[in-house]
Amino acid sequence: MQIELRQIRKYFGPVRANDGISLTLEGGRIYGLLGENGAGKSTLMKILSGYQLPDSGDIFLDGQPQRFASPAEALGSGIGMLYQDPLDIPAFNVKDNYLLGRNRRVVLNYKTAKRELSEITTRFQFVLDQQASIESLSLGERQQLELTRLLVGGAQLLILDEPTTGISADQKEKLFASIKKLARDEGKTLILVSHKLDEVQELCDEAFVLRKGQLVGKIEIPCPNERLVEMMFGQIPLRSDRPGHTLGEPVLELKDLRIPTYRLTVKDINLTVHEGEIFGLAGLEGSGQQLVLRACAGLIKADHGHVSLAEQDITNWPFQRVRTAGVGFVAAGRLEEGLVADLSLTEHLVLSQPSRRFFIDWSDARKKIQDRIEQYQIVGSPDSGAEELSGGNQQRLLFGLLWESLKLILLEHPTRGLDVRSSDWIWDQLYQRRQAGTAILFMSSDLDEIIERSDRIAVFSGGKMSRTLDARQTNVDEIGHLIGGQE
Amino acid sequence: MIDQALILILSSVVLASTPLIIAVCGEILTERAGIVNLSLDGSMLMAAMTGFVVALKSDSVWIGFLAAMIVGAFFASIIAFGSIRLRQSQFAIGFVLTLLGDDLAAFLGQNYTRIPGPVVKHFAIPLLEDIPVLGPIFFNQSPVVYFAYILVGVTWFYLFRTQPGLRLRSAGERPEAAFARGISVNRQRYIYTIVGGALIGIAGAAYSLDIKIGWSDGHIRGFGWIALAIVIFGGWSPIRGAFGALLFGATKALATFLQRRFPEVSVVAFNAVPWVLMITVLLLVGSDFTERIITMAPERMQRPLQRLLRISPPKALGSTFVED
Amino acid sequence: MKSRLWLRWVWPVVPIFASLLVTSLLLYLFGASPIESFQAMLKGAFGDQSKTLSVLAFWVPLLLTATGLLVTFTAGLWNIGVEGQIVMGAIAASWVALRVEAPSPVLITLEILAAMAAGALWAGFSAVLKTRGKVHEIFSGLALNNIAIILTNYLISGPWQPSEGGSFRGTAPFQAEALFPLFGSSRFSPLSLVLALVAFGAVVVTLRGTLWGLQLKALGKNLRSAFLLGVSSEREMILAMMFCGALAGLGGGVRVLSWFDSLRQSISGGIGFLALLIVMLANYRAFWIPPISLFFSVVLNGAISLQLRTQLHSSLGGILTEMMVLFVVLFGDATKIKFLQRKKDHD
Repeated sequence: MQIELRQIRKYFGPVRANDGISLTLEGGRIYGLLGENGAGKSTLMKILSGYQLPDSGDIFLDGQPQRFASPAEALGSGIGMLYQDPLDIPAFNVKDNYLLGRNRRVVLNYKTAKRELSEITTRFQFVLDQQASIESLSLGERQQLELTRLLVGGAQLLILDEPTTGISADQKEKLFASIKKLARDEGKTLILVSHKLDEVQELCDEAFVLRKGQLVGKIEIPCPNERLVEMMFGQIPLRSDRPGHTLGEPVLELKDLRIPTYRLTVKDINLTVHEGEIFGLAGLEGSGQQLVLRACAGLIKADHGHVSLAEQDITNWPFQRVRTAGVGFVAAGRLEEGLVADLSLTEHLVLSQPSRRFFIDWSDARKKIQDRIEQYQIVGSPDSGAEELSGGNQQRLLFGLLWESLKLILLEHPTRGLDVRSSDWIWDQLYQRRQAGTAILFMSSDLDEIIERSDRIAVFSGGKMSRTLDARQTNVDEIGHLIGGQE
Repeated sequence: MIDQALILILSSVVLASTPLIIAVCGEILTERAGIVNLSLDGSMLMAAMTGFVVALKSDSVWIGFLAAMIVGAFFASIIAFGSIRLRQSQFAIGFVLTLLGDDLAAFLGQNYTRIPGPVVKHFAIPLLEDIPVLGPIFFNQSPVVYFAYILVGVTWFYLFRTQPGLRLRSAGERPEAAFARGISVNRQRYIYTIVGGALIGIAGAAYSLDIKIGWSDGHIRGFGWIALAIVIFGGWSPIRGAFGALLFGATKALATFLQRRFPEVSVVAFNAVPWVLMITVLLLVGSDFTERIITMAPERMQRPLQRLLRISPPKALGSTFVED
Repeated sequence: MKSRLWLRWVWPVVPIFASLLVTSLLLYLFGASPIESFQAMLKGAFGDQSKTLSVLAFWVPLLLTATGLLVTFTAGLWNIGVEGQIVMGAIAASWVALRVEAPSPVLITLEILAAMAAGALWAGFSAVLKTRGKVHEIFSGLALNNIAIILTNYLISGPWQPSEGGSFRGTAPFQAEALFPLFGSSRFSPLSLVLALVAFGAVVVTLRGTLWGLQLKALGKNLRSAFLLGVSSEREMILAMMFCGALAGLGGGVRVLSWFDSLRQSISGGIGFLALLIVMLANYRAFWIPPISLFFSVVLNGAISLQLRTQLHSSLGGILTEMMVLFVVLFGDATKIKFLQRKKDHD
């Protein structure tokens, strides 16, 4: 099937998410779609997969113009999209989830479902427990199920949105094998939306690069990474300086920590982070590093072992108490777990300040937040609602709300969803903090970030923590093995 | 030898619980689609009054039921329209409507209080009524009761074994995913809110035409709230909901029974029992107590036990969904 | 632009007109003249001094309770249990009135404190059930409302019954020292109005000018983020509920010590639910609470008067006010309402 997009335009108010994009896709090839955050990748794919309508422009399938009012219609024409968080129903079981939306019969036919599912899972070597409820499946399994559904539904073009985030190495291998099989053996077209350049190099035949809503480049793969980066950003970003830093006294010490949760038990965690040290926690999502971070913050309980902050035992202290002791915590979800959408920046400042004065001095607060806005280069005003800020500015705001001198900062995915410039800026701030003696413990699923930014690294796999690695002396290969559970 | 009186009591418990069962089934459909019909109590009152008055005027209980259905559906449609189209809070709308329904019923029905009217005729089902003990209790009843039996079964099957039922549930669980499958979430919510409302209407008329016959100010005030509670601790499942309604009816009967036997003892406490029960069950639902019990059971039992005991509300209950 | 402005001015009046229209229709249906009926209602409210004082007397507990609900709404809570909090306040005040002997000022002070404490505790119970037990406050509120009423009935027909035997209407009448000083021979207590206005002022200051008020606002909008910003949701929710419960309880105390002279069966008279409606009609803006509460009092008292004169059921007053609330809830103000106040109101 040949797919052509012609002059696709989608504007959200003044923002030109897609500004006249035209491209052509041929059957049997794997395409990469690259671009920094806000470049328009997800908007374009949503339009192509029927989740949104373009403001103008046309889609042609084998020369015929098409218009999709919903993803189901798009699938009917052969286009399916696999989202990062698959659009399935957690409460349903695998069979119900699979059957949802099919027009065939009123009474559900479980026999047919079982048969169809088995056929595809064998073909691609997926392993799916058909009785299980979706919410008990891992992300990789949910992906597999959704992929199966799309294929049975007749997808000739498959769009995969950051598919390798949060799945196991084994599942990733299967996914890549499936992708190759689908393209080479079955003549399907695939679009891989990713910012992971190495994956794009491995899988894709050709890459499209978007920047600021426009198609800025079309290039055959393999090609030098620098070319891709250049097209994505318009200039090669500088690698940040990494001055050597002498470490101080231990600030955070974890001894034999054990954190039991419904799905995973993290155990035997022994870790020390010193003053001025940046410690990175690597590993796939759900391997336990987030649990460790949150246990340090007092958000989750440990049932064995100790957490101490500057010689003081803070094990299982409640979050508020840990915070007052000089710990900052920045969660991954900015608007879900950090900012309140329609409160103003000023109000956020008042809320987050350590002083507990009963009556609010509003003019003082406005002055203070204005200072922070300038200091942290936040694009916004004291009265802007937090939701009006872009992702990068929200992250800057969260940093701006952190207290002055902290002993320890805990970060979940500090630069997720941010473009390179915002990322660099965030890390500049963190370097400044560590110069002042703050210990930094962070987690990231971006291995390059882990290696680039950390002084020392620990790798999580299945709830277990590896030995500590020196970031300057390790490499992706070593960490990759550790993530896979191999020593 | 089972006491005849006991059989009569149980039979009347079944009858008295039936409107609740019907209302609960209706509300389950509505809530599974993602909407809470907080106007249940007021709707039922309006439906009861309307059903009675229309039946009186037309001398037909069935036309009365029809009118009541329309009233219930109408109230529900206001909630659906207000929350989906106008994007306002369904709780706020439902709350006002429940009070408005009460007052409207009182005002419009003021000339019809405490007068007799047509009544639904009971009949026994041949063969089934001869089953010892259970026969007279369950099968010598009002047709409304028989309707309720069928309703519970149909609702269960519809929800869990049919494609339209899957669609309904998907709208209440994860609207984005439903939309991706080509399901119109808002249409689902409209339909099932109104269908639920119609069933609530039938339930209201069932009181004024069969169980608490006639109309008076404050007639069945309070029963709608109880229905809402039963939906919750019945785990949004029609069969468990039916049991919950029967349990409630049985508790009330027990209270009346004990009051007659022991008049010295203040029976006031018994009136509180259903509410205490409700809080207890809600506490259990909210805690991990049931989870812990399940993990203690043998491996093979766990999944069926989970299905029996695990109560989780539809995840998108009470939220709005904007279709792009 | 001009038409938008015009719309903004006119829009608030639409619910009024709409509900007047519907009510007129109903009156017409029952063979009554709408104009005459409304006139009768107004006369029933303001006709003479005693009627006006009745309106004021009914207004006070409405104002108290609605003011308290502002706090819980800000925190994002649906405090349907406010009815029970009023009742418990009344019960506590009654206990002091029946069982304690002291000079009047002391007695009244004790009653006020008891009423506030009881309302606060009853609300606190709901709050703890929510924070610890994950029971939604709508349901715990419903259950506790009923339990409070059952308790009232028990006390009336049992331990506190009048000396001439249980009549189920009310308890034994309270000693004169226990009652609020009333204005003339009406049921209006100036003291209670003072308390209500003080409470109102306190709530407004709290919500707009204190850290706690801002914390509640954050809580109401995003529980999780508020928590991570340092707001202890458990503590603040409980405090917010207790604050509201205290004011509602005080309202109950006012009812039982000025409007009545003993604990009665329906001591609250639906004031809790009415207060919820008032806050909704006021669009959660503090400024509108006193006038709208007064309006409710006028209409409801007027409707009762109307019933006495014309046999038209007094639920008419309820219909009038509820229709207004329905319109506001459905159609809001010209710019789409949000559930809670916009932060603009701060500066």
